[in-house]
Amino acid sequence: MEKDFSILIGGEAGQGTRLAGNLIANLFNKLGYFVYVYEDYQSLIRGGHNFSEIRVATEKREARKKEIDVLIALDKNTISLHQKRLKREGFLIFNADRIEQKKGIGLFADKIVKEEGGIPQMVNTVFISALVRCFGIPFEILENVLREKIKKGIDLNLKIAKRVYQSLESQTKVAEVRPLTSFLLLTGNEACALGMARAGLELYFAYPMTPSTSILNFLAQKEDELKVKTFQPESEIAAINMAIGSAFAGKRSAIGTSGGGFALMVEALSLACQTETPILIVESQRAGPSTGMPTYNLQADLNFVLGAGHGDIVKFVLQAGNAKDALFLGNLGLNLAWQYQTPVILLLDKDVSENTFSVDSKILKKLKIKKPKLFAGKNYQRYKITKDGISPLAFPGFDFIVKANSYEHDESGITTDNEIIAQKMQEKRKRKFEQMEKEVEKLGGIEVFGKKSAKVAIFPLGVCKGSAIELAKEFNFKVIFPWILQPFPEKSVKKELKGVKKIFTLEMNSTGQLANYLKKFGILAQSILKYTGRPFFVDELKEKFKKL
Amino acid sequence: MKYQTSAKITWCPGCSNFLILKAFQDVVFELEKEGQNKKEIVFLTGIGCHGKIFDYLNLNSFYALHGRAIATAQGIKLANPKLKVICFVGDGDCYSEGIEHLIFAAKRNSDIKVFVHDNRNFALTVSQFTATSPKGFKGSSTPKGSIEEPFNPLELVFSAGATFVARTFTGNFEHLKKMIKEAILHEGFAFLEILQPCITFFDQTSFFKERVYVLENQDLESKEKALEKIKEWDYKNDGKIPIGIFYKVKKPTFEKEFFKLSQF
Repeated sequence: MEKDFSILIGGEAGQGTRLAGNLIANLFNKLGYFVYVYEDYQSLIRGGHNFSEIRVATEKREARKKEIDVLIALDKNTISLHQKRLKREGFLIFNADRIEQKKGIGLFADKIVKEEGGIPQMVNTVFISALVRCFGIPFEILENVLREKIKKGIDLNLKIAKRVYQSLESQTKVAEVRPLTSFLLLTGNEACALGMARAGLELYFAYPMTPSTSILNFLAQKEDELKVKTFQPESEIAAINMAIGSAFAGKRSAIGTSGGGFALMVEALSLACQTETPILIVESQRAGPSTGMPTYNLQADLNFVLGAGHGDIVKFVLQAGNAKDALFLGNLGLNLAWQYQTPVILLLDKDVSENTFSVDSKILKKLKIKKPKLFAGKNYQRYKITKDGISPLAFPGFDFIVKANSYEHDESGITTDNEIIAQKMQEKRKRKFEQMEKEVEKLGGIEVFGKKSAKVAIFPLGVCKGSAIELAKEFNFKVIFPWILQPFPEKSVKKELKGVKKIFTLEMNSTGQLANYLKKFGILAQSILKYTGRPFFVDELKEKFKKL
Repeated sequence: MKYQTSAKITWCPGCSNFLILKAFQDVVFELEKEGQNKKEIVFLTGIGCHGKIFDYLNLNSFYALHGRAIATAQGIKLANPKLKVICFVGDGDCYSEGIEHLIFAAKRNSDIKVFVHDNRNFALTVSQFTATSPKGFKGSSTPKGSIEEPFNPLELVFSAGATFVARTFTGNFEHLKKMIKEAILHEGFAFLEILQPCITFFDQTSFFKERVYVLENQDLESKEKALEKIKEWDYKNDGKIPIGIFYKVKKPTFEKEFFKLSQF
C-alpha cells in the first residue's frame, strides 16, 4: 500500500528544529522510506521562525504538500502559522511548557529535560521520541539513529527518549517497507560536493554566500576523507581568479556562489573562456534582485547565467533538480570543463541546495574522472589550432613553457591584434563550441518522465522538477527536464515534443525566464509561475491544473 | 638576450620598462646558474604598460585580468608550491582595482613576489591619475589637476603584514637587479615597489635622481625602523627618497600552513 505523509517541525532559530528534522528524516530512511526535507529558515541566528517539512513516502516524492499529517510545535508561533495545514485526523505534538492548547499531545518538554539534567536543545529528543511512539516504531530504531547522529551527551538523550517513549501510547502503526537499502540522505550541496570530489576535484574556492556556503563547509569538514582542499579568499573575484590560476597549474578547481557573487565573477568567467582554462562554477540561486531574500528561493538568475560573459562566450550551463542531479552533474560538470577546457556553470537553487533528498548510493559507483587531452611531443603551443578547436593541455613546472593570455593571442599565447590570427582564434573557439554541441547530443541532456504519448509536456526549472513529476502522474502529462541548458539539447527536446499539443514551464520567477529561453528554439510554452520565495505545493498545482 | 621571444617590443622608445625587462632576465640567468630550474618559474602580469613584459619573455606566464594577477598567482602557488611565482603589476592595476588581493596576499604571507611598476599614472589609457599620482596631477581625466592625495603603498603593504618590503628605482640598474633577486629569494610575500618613470606622460626621472638614496645599515627586523624609513617619503612631501629593503622577516608561508593540517 502506498504511504505518503508529511511531518512539520517548527520553532525559533537556535532551538535545533533543523537537526530534529534531520533526525526524523534519518529515522524514516532507516525504515526504508523515501524522504524529502524542505528547510525554511530566516536570515537570523536566534529567534524568528524556522521549520523543516519532512515528506515520507513509499514512492519517490520531491515536492511539498500543503496538507500535513503531523505538526510538532516547539513554540506557539508554529501552531498559529501551520495548524491550518494539519489534516483533521493528523497529530499535533506540542511543548506544553510553552503552549496552552487543549487538542493534541502536549509534552512538558522543558520540564522533562530539566529533570533529567539535559540542555535546552534536548527538547527535540522529547518530540522525536513522541513521534516515534505515536507511529508505533520500535524504540531500537530511534536508538540506532540517535547513536549514529548524536555524539555528545548520547546517554542523556537516550534516557530522555526512553522516558517519553514509555509514557505514551502508540496511535498508529508504520511498517518497515523495504529492507535497509542503499539510499543516502543528501542535500543538493552535499551531493554536488561529492560529485565534484569524484571527478578529481583538488581545490575548492568560495566566499561565503547563502545558499551555496554549505558546499564550502561540507568540503572543509570532509577534507581528509575526500582529499579536497578548500580555501575562503577575500572575495568572489579572488575566488574565481585563484581557481583559474590553480587550474592553469594543473589542479582540478571549482568555485561556488549565489547570484550576487556570480555577478562579481563574470569578468573572470570571460577570462576562463579566453585563456581556455577549465573551471566549474556552482551558482545556487536565491531570491533577487540584489541582496533579495537570502534564505528563500527564486530561479531568476537563468537569463543572467545563460548570457554571462563579455565577448563570444563558450561555456556549458547545467541545472540540477534534486540531489541526485547535483551529484551526477557536479561530477560531469568538472569532467566537461577539463575535456573542453572551458567554464561550466552548474545552476542550483536554494531548495535543491539545502533540502534533503533520498539518493541511491549506487550512482556513486558510476562517477568517474575523465582524462583531458594532454600534450605529448615537442614544440608546445598552448593555443595550437586544431580541427576540433581543442588544444592539448600542458602545465607550468614540467616539460614545456606554457603561456596563457587574456588578450587575443597567437598559437604560442603571445598577444596579437593581427586580423588573420584573431579571426582564426575566434573560429577555433567556435569549433570547440560545435564539439560541445555534439557532446550535448551524445549525452542527450534531458530526462523524461511520465506518459510517453502525452499531449501535454511540462518543462520544470530546478526544484520544480519534483512537483512536475507528481503532476504528470496525476494528469498523464510528460515532464521534460533539460539538465543541460547550454548548449541547448534541441534535438532530444524536439524529439520528445512530437505529438505534444500543449507545453508548460514550471518556474520560480516572475517573468517566465525558461519559457522565454525555449522561445529561442521555436518552443512556445505557457509558464506557471510562483515568486514568493517558497517552492510550489503539489496540491496547489493540482488545483491550478484542474482549472486549466 | 636570453629568454626573449620573437614578439616586437611596443613600449615607447627609451621607456624605463626596458630596464626592468633586462634586469629580470639577468636575475633569472643568475638564478639558473645557481640551480633554479627555469621551467619552475611562472610569472604573471596585470593589464597596463607593465603587462607587455608577458610577450617578451619565453617563460611560463599568465596574462591575467587588470588588478587580478596577484589572486591568480596565489591559485598557481597553491596548486603547485614548487613553482616560483612572480607578479609584474602596475600602480594603476594593483593599487586600484585589485588592491584587495595585494593586501590579503601580504596578510597571509603568500609565497609570491610582487613587482610594482609604479609610473604614477595610467599610461596605456593615455594618462589618468592613479593612487600614487601627486595631488594636482594633470591627466586626461583631470585637466584641472587631480584633487586626491596619493597614498604610500609601502606603508599600506607593511601594515597588512608583508614580510619583505622594498623599493627600487629603474635609474639605478644594479640596485634594481639586486632588489629583484633579493625579493625572489625571500621565502614569503615579497613586495617590491619599482619607481619607474613614464617618460612620455609623467617623466620624473630627474625628480627621482635628485632625491633617491640607497638605505644602509637598515635593521631589517625592526618594525619601528622600517616604518620610520617607509614614512620618510610619503609620495606627497619633497624629501629624500630611500630605496632598498625596509623590512624583512621570516614567517611561515601561507602555502606551508595551508597544507600543514591536511592528513592526505
